[in-house]
Amino acid sequence: MKEEIIIAGFGGQGVLSMGKILAYSGIMQGQQVTWMPSYGPEMRGGTANVTVILSDSKISSPLLSRFDTAIILNQQSMDKFENSIKPGGLMIYDPNGITRKPVRKDIKIYSIDAVELSNELGNSKAYNMVVLGAFLSKKPIVSMENVIKGLKKSIPERHHHLIPMNEQAIKVGMEKIEEK
Amino acid sequence: MAEKILMKGNEAIAHAAIRCGCDGYFGYPITPQSEVMETLMEEKPWETTGMVVLQAESETSSINMLYGGACCAKKVMTSSSSPGISLMCEGISYLAGAELPCLVVNVVRGGPGLGTIQPGQGDYFQAVKGGGHGDYKTIVLAPSSAQEMYDFVDLSFELAFKYRTPAMILADGIVGQMMETVELRPIKPRISNEEIIAKYPWATTGKPQNRKQNVITSLAMDAAVHEKLNQNLQEKYKIMERDEVRFETVNCEDAEHLIIAYGCMARICESTVEQARKEGIKVGLLRPITLFPFPTNEIKRLVPQLKTIMSVELSAGQMVEDIRLAVNGKVPVNFFGRLGGIVPSPEEVLDAFKQSISK
Repeated sequence: MKEEIIIAGFGGQGVLSMGKILAYSGIMQGQQVTWMPSYGPEMRGGTANVTVILSDSKISSPLLSRFDTAIILNQQSMDKFENSIKPGGLMIYDPNGITRKPVRKDIKIYSIDAVELSNELGNSKAYNMVVLGAFLSKKPIVSMENVIKGLKKSIPERHHHLIPMNEQAIKVGMEKIEEK
Repeated sequence: MAEKILMKGNEAIAHAAIRCGCDGYFGYPITPQSEVMETLMEEKPWETTGMVVLQAESETSSINMLYGGACCAKKVMTSSSSPGISLMCEGISYLAGAELPCLVVNVVRGGPGLGTIQPGQGDYFQAVKGGGHGDYKTIVLAPSSAQEMYDFVDLSFELAFKYRTPAMILADGIVGQMMETVELRPIKPRISNEEIIAKYPWATTGKPQNRKQNVITSLAMDAAVHEKLNQNLQEKYKIMERDEVRFETVNCEDAEHLIIAYGCMARICESTVEQARKEGIKVGLLRPITLFPFPTNEIKRLVPQLKTIMSVELSAGQMVEDIRLAVNGKVPVNFFGRLGGIVPSPEEVLDAFKQSISK
């Protein structure tokens, strides 16, 4: 198994931490992982993206030009990464702020209104976990059990009481994903 | 089995320093390596091992604090990125001249000048040819993973003390910022002052009755004395070239073409080699781990079976010169590089490689 993912959106949406939780979940099931962020001034409000690779074997390049999955959370990222998805690959996007819908016909496209769903949950910070749930419903590359273990590893202990809420957010994302 | 932790290469440097018995870190923040000092400040090793962590007022003072600590045979280190390392070069030359062990970590960004905070490999010449003034070298290790960032800290100190020389870890923005799993090695305690006195008779640890005082300096006004000092340094570098070369080869046994790359570019080129092999092209990868001493003999050994060599770097072509010296005109040595912080994809390298072998 090898899954090459780009997660791209605005700084503050939890793009990098979602990638980190995914990577840690992979470690929990004995996989090799790499997490390569865009770094620099963009993390202070501009666009942010992270390349995450989970693999059963050694990972050579941590940087890629083509991806199995693109998780796209703003228009700039749609413009930048729509054409980077491998034929037959997966796109999941948040329709909020998307002014130009994806046009590719050779990939599977789903949307998740994670802003509204996380607000319904009463915690807008669970936004990225709703998106993660949407992704995992289409590509169950890590089990929920390992995601929870990954969450425990990647967030500080003082926030561990929020894990059940995060789990719920993931489940909501899994249920509410829509085919486009 | 030891626990595997997901961490950035920069964070790995900090954890390794604490766990391998480092006595002091002196630095000044600069992207893309600021997590080294941030992690040290978070870990507060002064409360556990007694390791000193100090943010100096500049890179110039950081490197001179290393000089002071190294005179007492303490395990001292700093980290910075390209423009900061340029500021340190005077001090590194003094450390080399005074034969002092220390570790300097350079998480390279794009240059020249302030350049960019994105990854680069344009400091190769500065690192392997000395950097500061005079005839000196530093041992240069080039990690290509977070685990190597961790492991090379202890290795650098070991080599620095073995040869009484500054050692450098030449990383890049990718290896520094990327998170991977890192296995933490067993803790080595800091060595005591008594052990230092017993182990390092050259150190300035206080003059006992039974010997003359130790003088540590790079200054020698007598030409004959100064020539001897230089000859000793050159002898040391020859021994390093004989004993300390480290490299990794991938798919080289039957290779007709060879890609040579280090650091982050070696990772990217490994993917390139995998793709080219699928297309039936017999290409291998040589990854120099020590950039000084350079794996000249391994390149020479491979030359008879090769049709071409390509050096791939995030520079305008620096390591390629050392490759050409090793090859001595026997096979064509091509070059592919990107500048300005742009990192080519494995596919882009593959296209350039295929073009180079069809010439």
